[in-house]
Amino acid sequence: MTTPHVADQPIPSLIHSDVEDDLRATLRAVLGERSSWQKVLARLDTPEQPYDDDLWKTLAQDLGLAGLLIPERFGGAGATEREAALVLEELGRFLTPVPYLASAVLATTALLSCCPWAESDVAGDLAALADGSTTATLAVSAHRAPTAAFPDTVTGVRTRGAGTGGTAMLTGTVPHVLAADRAELLIVPALLDGAPHLLLVRSTDPGVSVTRETCLDATRPLGTVVLKDAEARPLTGQNVAVAVLRHAVDTGVALLASEQLGAAEAAFEAAVDYLRTRHQFGRPIGSFQALRHRAADLWSELAAARGTARYAAACAAEDSADFPLSAALAAAHVGDIAVRVAEESLHLHGGIGFTWEHPAHLYVKRAMSSALMFGSPDQHYAELARLADIPGA
Amino acid sequence: MEDHDHIRARVRDLVARHDLAGMTQREFLGHRFDAGLAWVHAPAGCGGLGLSRALQPVVEEELAAAGVPRLNLARNPIGLGMGAPTVLAHGTDGQRARLLRPLWTGEEVWCQLFSEPGAGSDLAGLATRAVRDGDAWVVDGQKVWTSLAHHARWAMLLARTDPQEPKHRGMTYFVLDMQAPGVEVLPLRQATGQAEFNEVFLTGVRIPDTMRLGDVGQGWTVATTTLMNERVAIGGAAAPREGGPLGELMRLWRDRPELRTPGLHHRLLRLWARAEAARIGNERTRQANAAGKPGPEGSAAKLAYAGIAQDISRLHLELTGPDALGYDDWTFRRSEMTGSGEVRHAGFHYLRTRANSIEGGTNEVLRGVIADRVLDLPREPRTDTKLPWKDVPR
Repeated sequence: MTTPHVADQPIPSLIHSDVEDDLRATLRAVLGERSSWQKVLARLDTPEQPYDDDLWKTLAQDLGLAGLLIPERFGGAGATEREAALVLEELGRFLTPVPYLASAVLATTALLSCCPWAESDVAGDLAALADGSTTATLAVSAHRAPTAAFPDTVTGVRTRGAGTGGTAMLTGTVPHVLAADRAELLIVPALLDGAPHLLLVRSTDPGVSVTRETCLDATRPLGTVVLKDAEARPLTGQNVAVAVLRHAVDTGVALLASEQLGAAEAAFEAAVDYLRTRHQFGRPIGSFQALRHRAADLWSELAAARGTARYAAACAAEDSADFPLSAALAAAHVGDIAVRVAEESLHLHGGIGFTWEHPAHLYVKRAMSSALMFGSPDQHYAELARLADIPGA
Repeated sequence: MEDHDHIRARVRDLVARHDLAGMTQREFLGHRFDAGLAWVHAPAGCGGLGLSRALQPVVEEELAAAGVPRLNLARNPIGLGMGAPTVLAHGTDGQRARLLRPLWTGEEVWCQLFSEPGAGSDLAGLATRAVRDGDAWVVDGQKVWTSLAHHARWAMLLARTDPQEPKHRGMTYFVLDMQAPGVEVLPLRQATGQAEFNEVFLTGVRIPDTMRLGDVGQGWTVATTTLMNERVAIGGAAAPREGGPLGELMRLWRDRPELRTPGLHHRLLRLWARAEAARIGNERTRQANAAGKPGPEGSAAKLAYAGIAQDISRLHLELTGPDALGYDDWTFRRSEMTGSGEVRHAGFHYLRTRANSIEGGTNEVLRGVIADRVLDLPREPRTDTKLPWKDVPR
């Protein structure tokens, strides 16, 4: 009856185990103390803005969170996208300025995907990512949709050897790269001798320069990577580069939904607290039906978003055939809801919500930026239409 | 694990001792009840074993493995969904002994007499009176929106027993024999043309005091048990991807490319995503309940379901083409006369789903429930809850 695209997949577990609940509690305690919104906001006006490198060290090295997706043979935790998604929910909740998505998800997933043919070439880097001594990023524009054509703004030629053991030289520019100025390792999609490849570049090498961009979401700045005859190590042959990039970005999109969920939950909880305490017309404003019903609707939508975000993470963890669809669904659906919740939270706070000294604007900026990151909701809906066999007019 | 084994052994024993082929479904259900396998969380003698509710799936699995057909809840939906939980929670031993077994087998169908023409969302304002007369009560009033009243043997009745008390305190809950003199059931014609519900007129109906459920004046507390189960029953149905009305819509969309427009495509995609999200969310709620970690998400399910069902049926009608202007049948008839599986015009479903945001708690009531019980927001100021019921303006 149904097409293969729509074939019903069994739904994996969407609830958290006690171990996962413990991880969340630990993380929430640490972030509550060290990543309060006041601290996040204060960093925006300091010279080393906005990253919290000390906190990143704690999370990556002491708590071992950077290596969650990395197998134990490389020194990682051998956990799955479920746990990484849980970490992102909490980082989103606190808008914690650390390069987790860029390094521990996008770059890590790309490197892991190269293991079948390049394990000996990437083992050392994976070990360094797992123990938190190195930070990496995937050098693609954060505005690029997962379905977009392979990037062609960086090109290069081989300088030594063939396959993944050799070296190459790259030239070109990649704008809007997540955590560009924090990454020691850049995983760069480029046309090598005219064909798609992923290559590894060390940002400290000659010919590599990175500039910070001024961004809508200042708590998660992007950077422009400029390469001029920069030395690079090919990680993929041309036949797999497109698929490796797609898988890494899909995984990033799927898990970004969890970060969006966490941020939306925090924005919503702040609004509900405000509705309980703010008095006007001699009553707490949360007793007005117009506001109670708005809050109830937001809560209902968040409940739906929680399901789709967790489903995408679970599908990634189980390598489900439904993973691409679950990622497109989560990105489209959660993105829309997260933006609405953040906007409504600012509105429900009234005038104070529009001031710099209140965190509501931080959540709006994060929500809107995230919704436009790695494809807009519209682009994700278009991909969903393809995957679920819902043809257009 | 001990309980699992105990249940599995009882199911195997049940199946071994009673050959399904040699009896009616109802007889087998009776034996199942007597074996304590109807609802394992109920006490022994009441169709249960006094075990955790979470173990019920073990019974269903084991029965399925033995080739016993899946339960058909349609045999007594209101009794099974709402009547049984209420009798189990508030009934006397005598009431449980009399009512539960035939309710479970479907021999005695149940209905619910709560809503009145003057008391819909404000259910606690209801005006049907029950007056004490010796060891019985005499009931006068009118109820409405009663599914299955014309088939029912028993009704869950909420009536006012003390008009001097504030509205929530002056009600009492009864189990009414629908065959008693003075009970009149009339079909209620709806916007669709057919009658799925009834009006029930109660004139001098006598109910023995032994059929009172809970204490006098405690009707609201008892009714809350019924209503909580209603919301679970309506919102909790699990479905496969593109199950139900969405599946029909998607088939039409895929089969008839000439009907597609960019605007409808835009709406369809978002609707598909909402429906799929609701399906996944329902499954998450089910898993959480099964794991003994229930969350409040279930409260959102009915609200989401109503909106999605309405939007699906409207899009389906819009996609129907020129035939959208037609209709199949305005004849005044009972809904069961339409027969199961009868294909109705898209206009019928469009009209029927208008009621989804009203029945079983309006969207506004449900938002209020979420605001109060989940979000713990301050209550709205009210003028009607402290006054004696008789003094409330109406």
